Amino acid sequence: MDLSPVWITLQLAAATTLILLLVGTPIAWWLAWSQARVRPAVEAVVALPLVLPPTVLGFYLLMLLSPQAWLGGWWLQVSGSALTFSFAGLVVGSVLYSLPFTVQPLQSAFVNVGRETLEMGATLGASPLDRFLHIVLPLSLRGYLVAAVLTFAHTVGEFGIVLMIGGNIPGKTQVLSIAIYEQVETIQYATAHVLSAGLLIFSFVVLLLVYTLNGRRGFRVS
Amino acid sequence: MMTTLAVQMARSLSGFTLSLDVKFSLSGITGILGPSGAGKTTLLRAIAGLDAGQTGRIQFADALWFDSEQQVNLPTHKRAVGYVFQDARLLPFTDVAGNLRFAEKRSRHRARLIDWDDVVDTLDLGALLKRMPQSLSGGERQRVALARALLTRPQLLLLDEPLSANDIQRKKALLPYIRKLSTHFSVPMIYVSHALDEMVALTDRLLVLREGESIAHDTTEAVLQRLDLREVSASRDAGAIFAATVVAHDTALQLSTLSLGAQHIFVPGLSLVMNAAVRLQIHSHDVAIALAAPSGLSIRNVLPCRVVAIDADHGSPFAELLLDIGDGLLRSRITRASVLELKLAVGDAVYALIKTVLVDNTSAS
Repeated sequence: MDLSPVWITLQLAAATTLILLLVGTPIAWWLAWSQARVRPAVEAVVALPLVLPPTVLGFYLLMLLSPQAWLGGWWLQVSGSALTFSFAGLVVGSVLYSLPFTVQPLQSAFVNVGRETLEMGATLGASPLDRFLHIVLPLSLRGYLVAAVLTFAHTVGEFGIVLMIGGNIPGKTQVLSIAIYEQVETIQYATAHVLSAGLLIFSFVVLLLVYTLNGRRGFRVS
Repeated sequence: MMTTLAVQMARSLSGFTLSLDVKFSLSGITGILGPSGAGKTTLLRAIAGLDAGQTGRIQFADALWFDSEQQVNLPTHKRAVGYVFQDARLLPFTDVAGNLRFAEKRSRHRARLIDWDDVVDTLDLGALLKRMPQSLSGGERQRVALARALLTRPQLLLLDEPLSANDIQRKKALLPYIRKLSTHFSVPMIYVSHALDEMVALTDRLLVLREGESIAHDTTEAVLQRLDLREVSASRDAGAIFAATVVAHDTALQLSTLSLGAQHIFVPGLSLVMNAAVRLQIHSHDVAIALAAPSGLSIRNVLPCRVVAIDADHGSPFAELLLDIGDGLLRSRITRASVLELKLAVGDAVYALIKTVLVDNTSAS
């Protein structure tokens, strides 16, 4: 049995999670504190992947990332390879697709920290960055854990968007969900069973972890 | 050490505009008194730089902290203020020592002699250092918050109703700590509260706010003598404060004699140190009036005095009197009916009968 889809899936999920934690933090921070009028619009855009069929997102991404489009063309010039039907393209797609799964837990963690706590930090002489690193981060650890786990798991479960922009190239862009699809198509039920059961157990464990973390009473600001 | 804090500010609040032009002469404790919604906290937050959206100018000594015209707005963490909030706001993920270390690491004036051990001792935190904030009582939390604010080594400490979350017993236990901090560490404080008793116990100067405007700003003693301020007159804690000296002890009867200029006052107990300077507080509802020196009376403290002012507001059953005892002014609250029956008038020589004298011996100054 070819295990490369498992390996590619894990790599994709890890890269996506790492990038999203970095990118999602400032977005979630802005959403948590901004009073700007465009905030609801930004919030809606961030939540779009939750309601859009992955094929819609995949279709637009395919348009944007293809070597004929400006973004895809620029990438081709810079890196020498196309974004479409490549691992890098998969990462771009996954990052967009899983954005709300990172931003929403972080945003609610930041809101929970509260303006009062930030004010307290300022009166103790802590600069904004200092406040973030030494007050907000320790108070939001659970939010970060939930965000990371959800993002990772959601990326593992991707199908439509991957198929649209990554195709099905074994050893390169063939992830688990697509490998299962292919095994079923070619009536290789035994392999499909192994991969599916593995994914099922993985998903259950992840969700169990998230709900256990969410259920436990965490740090509260007095 | 006297520092000036000049605050000029305007800000619209719900229902009225906070509009102030005040120069604080900061030494000891300055109180800001007023009912809730008068703008006290808004003023304090403006001094700390916690809110945006006001116009005006705030200058602390030589440093310009805020000027809406010149677009100057020094961020809170660069202003040399410590702030104690109503709710202590301790960091929940670290113990008491961790909370104090957080402040000390960021302290802005390392040269100033506010020493860790000294702060911990003064606020009796030694036994609490390893405890988590969640396990502390309200009073203990507030003591940690005070220590933490002090360890940032501020040039000005702002306290926003730090006792309001506490019951009366805890309040009484915390007051001496706050008084001690201001003298021991000589950090000027601005203390916001709606409770006159806290002001009487703590402050040296008092600013009274009503609907966003300053209606009195003077020494606490002088503000307490004002009969025209309902913030003072309507309070159960209205009264007078005096500086007195312990001059004698009667060990047989266990009474101490205090001198108030030429007058003497007797207080039970011998705990006061001979010749010590103490602060006395006499509530107006503890002072009755007699036209002649009374006999056959259990009250020990009877002072000859002269009526200086009478405020017999028709909206209340009571009248407020100001009495000159030779070396200070005493307040008395008696019924308007008594004023009429005794035919009291300004200038009359009368006797003040004092039921209770409160002695604050932590305030030796």
